[in-house]
Amino acid sequence: MRALEYLRAPDTATALREAAQPGTRFLAGGTTLVDLMKCGVERPARVIDITHLPGLDEVTVSDTAIRIGALAKMSQVAADARVRTVAPVISEALWRAASAQLRNMASIGGNLLQRTRCTYFRDTAAYPNCNKRNPGSGCAAMDGLNRNHAVLGASDACIATYPGDLAVALVAFDATVRIMGRFERVVPVDQFFRLPGDRPDLEHDLAPGEMILGIEIPLSDALRRSHYLKVRDRASYEFAAASAAVGIALEADGRTIREARVALGGVATKPWRARAVEQALAGKPLNEAVIRDAAAQAMAGAQAREHNAYKIALAPKVVARALMSAGGIA
Amino acid sequence: MATQRAVRLRINGRDHDLTLDSRVTLLDALREYAGLPGSKKGCDQGQCGACTVHVGGQRVLGCLTLAMQAEGREITTIEGLAAPDGTLHAVQAAFVEHDAFQCGYCTPGQIMSAVACIHEGHAGSDDEIREYMSGNICRCGAYPHIVAAVRDAAARLGKGTSL
Repeated sequence: MRALEYLRAPDTATALREAAQPGTRFLAGGTTLVDLMKCGVERPARVIDITHLPGLDEVTVSDTAIRIGALAKMSQVAADARVRTVAPVISEALWRAASAQLRNMASIGGNLLQRTRCTYFRDTAAYPNCNKRNPGSGCAAMDGLNRNHAVLGASDACIATYPGDLAVALVAFDATVRIMGRFERVVPVDQFFRLPGDRPDLEHDLAPGEMILGIEIPLSDALRRSHYLKVRDRASYEFAAASAAVGIALEADGRTIREARVALGGVATKPWRARAVEQALAGKPLNEAVIRDAAAQAMAGAQAREHNAYKIALAPKVVARALMSAGGIA
Repeated sequence: MATQRAVRLRINGRDHDLTLDSRVTLLDALREYAGLPGSKKGCDQGQCGACTVHVGGQRVLGCLTLAMQAEGREITTIEGLAAPDGTLHAVQAAFVEHDAFQCGYCTPGQIMSAVACIHEGHAGSDDEIREYMSGNICRCGAYPHIVAAVRDAAARLGKGTSL
């Protein structure tokens, strides 16, 4: 690990001022940053410990939205009784992620920014070629062991999968990120994450020196009847082979789908909203045939490499099962 | 660049005054500087749980925590679990009784994790124990005995017990 300077920021203004210096990173739970500093992927000259900033770890639930401070811990939000009632998908996505220890450490803001688990990205010694680490150097995953790599949203430069769970739930339900830099701004989570294109090193909309203050999730009927299903190689403590964040709002008749929300994890380069599936469900009766039909559209445009074609077969089944669970017909 | 500085860590109820490089993890500070080698270094990448300790009453990974981040917080390691007279903590006793280890390398992390797991109220069934202990890997595969030990200790301590 490169030598670095450690600073503890007492308040947000100090943190933002100090972050203006080049080579500086904010340090919260450390579960991504410290890990990647050990791998040599992240090489900051300074880290600013922001875990002591006041007022950024609160969860509030109003009549219209859930607001989660950037420094709230994953475990804290997962266990929040109000969140579990009005937004089960948020709690489920969080407690199915990582391990109990990591969830006690990782902040919500840091969780959004966690970086891909692509082996070639993480292994700096064996694989100098990585367009995400080293723009223009190539991609060892294209013809490598790409079983865990993305089938949606990939480019000729990068096929690394976005690894997170929470952000998948957030894009499904139109959540926004509140960001502070020279001024405060709000960005939809779906736009916050970028497709890799020819610059896979640029993963999100955060400019150097900007800080995530929190996220906001608007309440809705579909959010109240929501579910996160994560299918993976191990029963626990594993990244998704394919996951789905879904929600269903029914008409007054209790049988017709008024609105559906669907997003996918583990299969794409960013949290992937499946609007085609949502549109195919709107106004249709809630039954297995309708759901399976709609879910088949989840993989439109998917492209497999040598080892990851199974995701194209798996993901629609995960979407269908998640929707049936949320709809109470599983 | 000022990368070395004095750090006071409060470990198992005692202050330790150390001079550390900013890069030193809590795990290395415990093992290499504070003379407390009970917390183990397995993967050193946050994947195995062998380094599990409590910071501020919560189980965390020592290998992904910079020591400086733990300054001013109460740190508990496996060395701080038994009573001053040497009486084992109920979870330690249950691990011995149920033979919940083979080589023993993951055991300090398993026990620290189990104490927190019971305290959190996540030891209500075998399935729940498996889910909430999944961050602790045992390469010997002592899992059935570990689950039995946690179940037994949870029954003895009661839910939501103090750490």
